[in-house]
Amino acid sequence: MLLSLESVARAFGGVQAVDGVGFQVGPGEVHGLIGPNGAGKTTVLNLVSGLLRPTSGAIRVGGARVDGQPPHRIAALGVTRTFQNIRLFPGLSAADNVLVGEHLVRRAPLWKRLLFLPSAAVEEREARARALTLLEKVGLSGRAEEKAASLSYGEQRRVEIARALGSDPRILLLDEPTAGMNPAEVRSMATLIREVAQRGHSVLLVEHNVPLVMSVCDRITVLNFGKVIADGPPAEVARDPAVIAAYLGGTP
Amino acid sequence: MSLDSLRDLWLTYQSAVGFAGIGALLALSVYTTLSCGQLSLANAGFMAIGAYTGALLTFHSSLPFPLVLAASALLPALVALPLGLPVLRLRGVFLAIATIGWGEVVRLCLVNWQFTNGALGLVAIPQRAGLPTIYLCLALVVFVLWRLRGSRAVYALEAIREDEPAARTMGIDTTAHKLAMFVLGAGVAGLAGGLEAHFSFMVAPSSYTFGRVVDMLAGAVVGGAATPAGPVLGAVFLTLLPELLREVSRISGLAPGALRLFVNGAILLLVILFLPNGMISLPAALRAWRRSRKARHAPVA
Repeated sequence: MLLSLESVARAFGGVQAVDGVGFQVGPGEVHGLIGPNGAGKTTVLNLVSGLLRPTSGAIRVGGARVDGQPPHRIAALGVTRTFQNIRLFPGLSAADNVLVGEHLVRRAPLWKRLLFLPSAAVEEREARARALTLLEKVGLSGRAEEKAASLSYGEQRRVEIARALGSDPRILLLDEPTAGMNPAEVRSMATLIREVAQRGHSVLLVEHNVPLVMSVCDRITVLNFGKVIADGPPAEVARDPAVIAAYLGGTP
Repeated sequence: MSLDSLRDLWLTYQSAVGFAGIGALLALSVYTTLSCGQLSLANAGFMAIGAYTGALLTFHSSLPFPLVLAASALLPALVALPLGLPVLRLRGVFLAIATIGWGEVVRLCLVNWQFTNGALGLVAIPQRAGLPTIYLCLALVVFVLWRLRGSRAVYALEAIREDEPAARTMGIDTTAHKLAMFVLGAGVAGLAGGLEAHFSFMVAPSSYTFGRVVDMLAGAVVGGAATPAGPVLGAVFLTLLPELLREVSRISGLAPGALRLFVNGAILLLVILFLPNGMISLPAALRAWRRSRKARHAPVA
């Protein structure tokens, strides 16, 4: 398994935000993580990306333990993410944001730049070309030189995805990529997520839009009050009485 | 005008030009940490270490001057390494306060150290740094900083400045990058200290006060801290301004000290209010202003 969580728990003071969560994401899989507000979805993403440390449990990426490691190490193992409340670098252009995302794959050492070696210039050109290609793939080919802060909300979300893809990650964590989007934007986001998976990146998708999750995910984990209440293919999860109860209320 | 007064004039301005170059190096030393969003005010301390290192080596060894300068840059950089690790965990104003503290620690140690002649400092240092040396060093530092633009390291620094946690999730080791810039800044400040010691004949603890680091910061802010050119412009401007004002005060009869304080403060205020990207952005700001005025006067279609 590419990503696996084993009875992962995280408490904030007395609040058990994530309580014994376990699931697995395979290569090339789109894995949905859904649940009512406050179920602990974003906390799970923060634990996987290393912004938070689990109180207990194990998180593995490609077999290697990553819980307790700093975020940049986890990113180097092939895990990058987007944020629910978009966190682009607002003062940089869209292309420069993606170039930051390429940090892990750019290799030219500094002394080569200082000595004007052509290989450094070539590397820089290639990095920029790669950034433009990524922006094109997320449908922003004409907007590369715009400041991130001046892009529309939907465009900013796309730049964030391009930035996260900049390091060619094995797994991409998306935190509510369609929040605040209109139906047309949601549809194109669904297409984009499928394309990303087809190019071989696994996706762990936290989403509130249940129809979107049902249509793009290969597998879904449902959280409620920090615990996994269901896990399986979309059709199966949608029929699960516990899931229906969590979403619609009533006695499970 | 007699030949003597002409020579006096040149001597006066020669030293002003030298101090402008040293000031530019100091502003660049603050710029290095500012470029990743860290307000570190430790550089007067590092400058002091560089200056005393250089002076002591010149007095007590027969090292050639380039090696003395290298030591002036290297020792503060080495000191910055263990200092930076704990201190750079602090953010914003807390980092500023802790680094001010560091500067005071260095200064007070020098005041009380017999070996370096305490508060009196070291005098009669041979003048081994001329204008060519100063400007060669400045050119070297500007060249390195300029060439780094476009590299992955500089993208990483900009990302850290804009949003540090987000930068970490992109695989950027933010601690290592911040530490590298802190160490580089210390080295540049130390180099400037070594140059100044061998340009002004003396070093004394009173040259490395909090006010000194404010001057460095003012150079970077007034010039503009977005590119290496900004701090150079700002520092040169602020160093040469008093020379200009001296003429103004002679003609107008105003006290030069008061006039200088007033004009410095006014310039700092004006730049912060109207040119947040520094004097270096003046042409771009003027173009934008002219364009917006034209748009306002254009007939509505």
